[in-house]
Amino acid sequence: MNTNVESTTRTITYRQALNETLRAELERDEKVFLVGEEIGVFEGSYKITAGLLEDFGPERVLDAPIAEEGFVGAALGAAMLGMRPVVEIMTINFSLIAIDQIVNHAAKMRSMFAGQVSIPLVIRMPGGGGQQLAATHSQNLEVWYAHIPGLKVVAPSTPADAKALLTAAIRDDDPVIFLENLSLYSAKGEVPDGEQVAEIGKAAVVATGTDLTIVSYSRGTTTALEVARQLEAEGLSIEVVDLRSLRPLDRDTICASVRKTGHAVVFEDDWLSYGIGAEISATIGEGVFDFLDAPVRRVAAAEVPLPYAKALEKAALPSAADLAKVVREVLNISSTPNDK
Amino acid sequence: MAAKARTRPKAVVESTGGEPADTLRDYYERMSLVRAFELRSSEMYARAKIGGYCHLNLGEEATVVGLMAAIEARDYLFTGYRDHGYALLRGLAPERVMAELFGKVTGVSGGRGGSMHLFDEETRLFGGYGIVGGQLPPATGAALALKTQETAGPDAAAVMCLLGDGTTNIGAFHESLNLAGLWKLPIVYVIVNNGLGMGTTVEKASAEPELYKRGASYRMPGIRVDGDDVLAVRDAARDALKQAREQRQPVLLEVMCYRLRGHSVVDPARYRSPEDTTIAQQSDPVPSFRAELIASGVLTEADAAAIDEAADLRVSEAVVFADESPEPDVADLFKYVYATPVANAPSALPGEPVMDAL
Repeated sequence: MNTNVESTTRTITYRQALNETLRAELERDEKVFLVGEEIGVFEGSYKITAGLLEDFGPERVLDAPIAEEGFVGAALGAAMLGMRPVVEIMTINFSLIAIDQIVNHAAKMRSMFAGQVSIPLVIRMPGGGGQQLAATHSQNLEVWYAHIPGLKVVAPSTPADAKALLTAAIRDDDPVIFLENLSLYSAKGEVPDGEQVAEIGKAAVVATGTDLTIVSYSRGTTTALEVARQLEAEGLSIEVVDLRSLRPLDRDTICASVRKTGHAVVFEDDWLSYGIGAEISATIGEGVFDFLDAPVRRVAAAEVPLPYAKALEKAALPSAADLAKVVREVLNISSTPNDK
Repeated sequence: MAAKARTRPKAVVESTGGEPADTLRDYYERMSLVRAFELRSSEMYARAKIGGYCHLNLGEEATVVGLMAAIEARDYLFTGYRDHGYALLRGLAPERVMAELFGKVTGVSGGRGGSMHLFDEETRLFGGYGIVGGQLPPATGAALALKTQETAGPDAAAVMCLLGDGTTNIGAFHESLNLAGLWKLPIVYVIVNNGLGMGTTVEKASAEPELYKRGASYRMPGIRVDGDDVLAVRDAARDALKQAREQRQPVLLEVMCYRLRGHSVVDPARYRSPEDTTIAQQSDPVPSFRAELIASGVLTEADAAAIDEAADLRVSEAVVFADESPEPDVADLFKYVYATPVANAPSALPGEPVMDAL
């Protein structure tokens, strides 16, 4: 980080932060190139790559046919020869078509070939439901990748982290899954100017408190902060840990926070069973069991293929109200009548 | 099996006239080395020196030698899991290949890959791959990188990507050939068609069993060549590589050969008909090439016997080296997981605490 100069900041969207970072890295290193469906002429399904084809040309902003296994694997092969591809998969749902290349190949090659080859590959993809896209287009499958040694998985929750973590991911010599979220693209936040490179593998305490720790990531962190503010008005002091990196997992930061607060709730967009929260809960149990004043609770998505109908979709996805309710339950505080 | 070109390798006899005797002798030495290495691998597997899966090139030696005679040092090679012979003829010491099969730290992949995952950065053997079709997208991407990094021409590098007949039915094959055709990549896909994907014949697996014709879907020349004819294989592969490096025209080359034994060392191949086994044995390229070189005066019987003996000795040395090499150190278990060091990288062995209790 450029701590020497007094940094100026701008308020921009998550989308803009990603776009500007891609542009900066394309300018900085000619080995960097982008590949994905509709990222060039169409400027990306979610417009993350807007304007880049025009400025960098079709060899560096490469439109691929609808063939995730093919172009993700091709990016991996280019990375083996020293290129630094940044792949966009339109949504995380479609990454399942490329999962052989990601899990059986990108994650394995360096280890399996005894360090003779490195895979400087970034795979960007948004997850998330809540857009009435129905069951196949609304999933949060990050835990599939977070489970795999050899991958790094990051999940920024703010525009500033989107910039700093994407910069770090592109400069990293390993395959990095870069998790975005459909509902974050238009979120605004302060982003420092100049070069910002995050340290992968580190969580951040994004709100300090003493009564309870909420652990979350990506979109969930924005909800957690909202709930923390809401409960602050009721006199509760909530700490929020933003994971930022799902693999590796910063267990020390999580446990240090829970050691202080004695209470923990995990807020996650994925399904409950075997999800991110299961790992966090086990970590807290192993690390700070003696400091816990109540069992760790998880607030996760209902375990159902997500329906299209708005009412059903809303019921299935974890909300701020769900989180506030569980926080109160863990702290043994009765609900206010306004909660659902 | 009617669709296969079951011609005896007449081209070899015809070619000996124009081909330097030294070259032919050299090719026989290579074939003999691959044969000796694979027979010994089978033996070492039976003696439990080699574990896991072990797929041999037995019966495919003329194909292996022909392809490796065509590829240049600057080219990149990707293969499937039947990769021993290719590694040897790419120039890797038999010691390092056998040591990999033995799971020793001196192996080409440090003992981490085993038989299916031979890799050598220096000779640009960019991997044997154990998942059927897994090598095709990365090989295609390597060609994409070459297109970016180099200008087309006789000195440019190209990619040779080997695959089996069974691989032509998987999605990655079609996606990769489409990308290569679309983006005009310097790559030659070589189908080593031994007629069997494990125990399933090509005719039972492919709606278009004349596999070379599948190139047409991607505006890619499709060529079929007799895999028992080492010179024909070499010349066809050389021509294909020339198109790839000079015109960035990807090519699909189908090489017809036989698998002399089962799918892997442990497969007795009971599903094969006696007729097919007989044809495979009659087509065995090693004794037939040997006999033809003797008949044409390139080698004497004593020369050929000396070559076979030297190959056997070479492999014996490799076995001794592999046997005496150390196992990888358990302390290095996590050594290659990440290239860029990362905070909080896991390092616990089973049963160890994932973190220190606070």
